[in-house]
Amino acid sequence: MRFAKKKEDAASIPTASMADIAFLLILFFMVTTVFRAETGIPVKLPTAEMGRKLPNKGIVHIYASNSGNISINDNNYQANQVSLIMSKQMQLDPNTIVSLRIDRFAKYDIVGDIFDQLSEAKALRVSLATEKMRS
Amino acid sequence: MELRKRSRQQAEIPTSSMADIAFLLIVFFLVSTIFSNEMGLQIILPEHGEVVHIKKSNIAHIYVNEQGAVKIDGEPTPLDMIPDKAKTMLANNDSLVFSIKTNPDAEYQYMVRVFDRLKKGGADRISFAPKSLPSK
Repeated sequence: MRFAKKKEDAASIPTASMADIAFLLILFFMVTTVFRAETGIPVKLPTAEMGRKLPNKGIVHIYASNSGNISINDNNYQANQVSLIMSKQMQLDPNTIVSLRIDRFAKYDIVGDIFDQLSEAKALRVSLATEKMRS
Repeated sequence: MELRKRSRQQAEIPTSSMADIAFLLIVFFLVSTIFSNEMGLQIILPEHGEVVHIKKSNIAHIYVNEQGAVKIDGEPTPLDMIPDKAKTMLANNDSLVFSIKTNPDAEYQYMVRVFDRLKKGGADRISFAPKSLPSK
């Protein structure tokens, strides 16, 4: 008895949908990409264990170096100008969260001044930016 | 005379390189993506001029000096002991408010360290003593 020879199927990976997958990934990365527009001043943040993640939007960063230079939105200010700038910002968006990026070696004097200025400007939601502690 | 019939060419968009273009874009976005990993300790500042009266017995005074040494209610406390101490203090009195007073010459990181340890110990109500008040 003779059997019909079985035809062997050619193995192939379907490539037609590859582009679709690739575009899906592109969309994902496009949407999640946040280009950091602000350079600020270089600071060494203090370390902490209990730091929580901040939302992406509605944040104003205040940079303060250990010599007391203050930078908001890439403009340099004196410590006593912070309240004026921030009260303008609070009028634009009353839910602004202020992220204080203060150098770990800065004197507490500077920090206390900034706290005073912020409470004067009614910018009460504040986050002390920290680095995750390496354990 | 008979003309040869022209065979009509099929119009086609080359799709084989589409995936390559797509992957190129992916790599670009992969490299340039920074997932926001900003960490911070959240605080709510009091409004300017707002004075809240708290019973003396409900305040724990914490003093941080310029060397980073910590005193809780006058008692020197090493950093590692703060979370446990805060826990026991809160267990005794759950309306306790921690008031951190930092020497103006102390480094900012000393204050953050203490603040972090207090939060670790479960303290929610932490206030920063204004520096205008004279220190004890």
